[in-house]
Amino acid sequence: MIEIKNLYKGFNEEAVLKGINATFEQGKTNMIIGASGSGKSVFLKNMLGLFEPDDGEIIYSGESLLDMDIDRKSELRKEMGMLFQHSALFDSMTVEENIMFPLRMFSRMKLAERRERANEILERVNLVNLNKKMPSEISGGQQKRVALGRAIANNPQYLFCDEPNSGLDPKTATVIDQLIQEITHERNITTVIISHDMNSVMEIGETIVFLKDGLIAWEGSNKEIFKTDNEAVTDFVYSSDLFKKVRIAQNEGF
Amino acid sequence: MLIGVFKRPTKTSVLRELVLKEIDDLIIGSIGITAFISLFMGAVVALQTALNLDNPLIPKSLIGFATRQSIILEFAPTFISVIMAGKVGSYITSSIGTMRVTEQIDALEVMGINPLNYLIYPKIIALLFYPFLIAIIMFVGIFGGFLASVYGNLVSLEDFVVGLQDTFIPWHIAYAFIKTMVFGILLATIPSYHGYYMEGGALEVGKASTTSFVWTCVAIIVANYILTQILLTT
Repeated sequence: MIEIKNLYKGFNEEAVLKGINATFEQGKTNMIIGASGSGKSVFLKNMLGLFEPDDGEIIYSGESLLDMDIDRKSELRKEMGMLFQHSALFDSMTVEENIMFPLRMFSRMKLAERRERANEILERVNLVNLNKKMPSEISGGQQKRVALGRAIANNPQYLFCDEPNSGLDPKTATVIDQLIQEITHERNITTVIISHDMNSVMEIGETIVFLKDGLIAWEGSNKEIFKTDNEAVTDFVYSSDLFKKVRIAQNEGF
Repeated sequence: MLIGVFKRPTKTSVLRELVLKEIDDLIIGSIGITAFISLFMGAVVALQTALNLDNPLIPKSLIGFATRQSIILEFAPTFISVIMAGKVGSYITSSIGTMRVTEQIDALEVMGINPLNYLIYPKIIALLFYPFLIAIIMFVGIFGGFLASVYGNLVSLEDFVVGLQDTFIPWHIAYAFIKTMVFGILLATIPSYHGYYMEGGALEVGKASTTSFVWTCVAIIVANYILTQILLTT
């Protein structure tokens, strides 16, 4: 579980996060949604310790991130997996080497064991026979799956995903969403996903935090988000023509 | 940055492999082009000296002497380092800069790896082997001078060898290698700094490479003057 208490962060005297309080539960896909510029990525980078908050607390299973020394932070990070928006695969390594990378860095596994584990993971993310390919030789969707494989290779307790569906077609996006949710449930880990894709929200948003202007404007689940009267949320949700039509159809009793 | 490079070291077995890879990329991968340039520069130095020797009182052995002194004192350590700032420096800046732009450095950090140590430390260690490259360059440069002057009938083999051995000061070799070590460290750190701390996208990677080349050259030229002042004039 990750708890965020009264988190503030700004740049050049401009406040981006203005006192955020949130809880991300274990075994669930927790989503942070909001329009571009609402502070989602800054929020995530604070949670990961890539940015130093101006004020507030980030608590990982009862332990404050800000009170940790650099060695403890490094240890905690070994329990984290991150799926980056553009995959961030190491382009000088093959698919297999990318997945084996965290194992090589932090485990005492021998090469054969690491290979076996990489094969298991590749099978889990539905990628086989791509072991020796370079990241540049595979599609965007496959890169996302490799990045997800790398993120879970070391059996993390916390999985962070920054816009996992950006740049993917709807079908591939659904596959990635389902994989993230399945892995979260299978391993009972705390997953935090940043997204502004409403399809993802509908698909896997078990708990949702809606961010607007650096504040949490709404919290709930994917079942509740379409019923809320919160103006900020409805503006965001029904900004697409598809969802507008769904709403009109709902109102007309279809 | 330098303090961060030596903190939280990467696993030894991984680091060893990274250092060997960097030696291959930065040192061994540069032998071809620098040796080619050196061979022809040595030849040109010998030719220029020979063509300007029109006084019959000056011995022909001066061609060998001038070639040796030019190559060892300045051409091999300094001129080749400027070329290396373009070849190796741009490679370092653009490779690290691309990793920054594509969030690969963030990925290392999130995994609990010190990116400064993982990316820059192996390059610094690899470039400590830079004097080995320069030793080859010195040999090839003098060999180029020998080919041009002896086979170009500008001087006899005996006169060229006499010139090479004339008033040889071993300290000059030490001076050249001390300079080379300093230039090696500059070649590893300045481009790494420009790559690691760059911001923006692909366009900025190109700009950072150019900036790093300029600053590395400036640093090499200034360091060359200071080291020459300290090591040869006192």
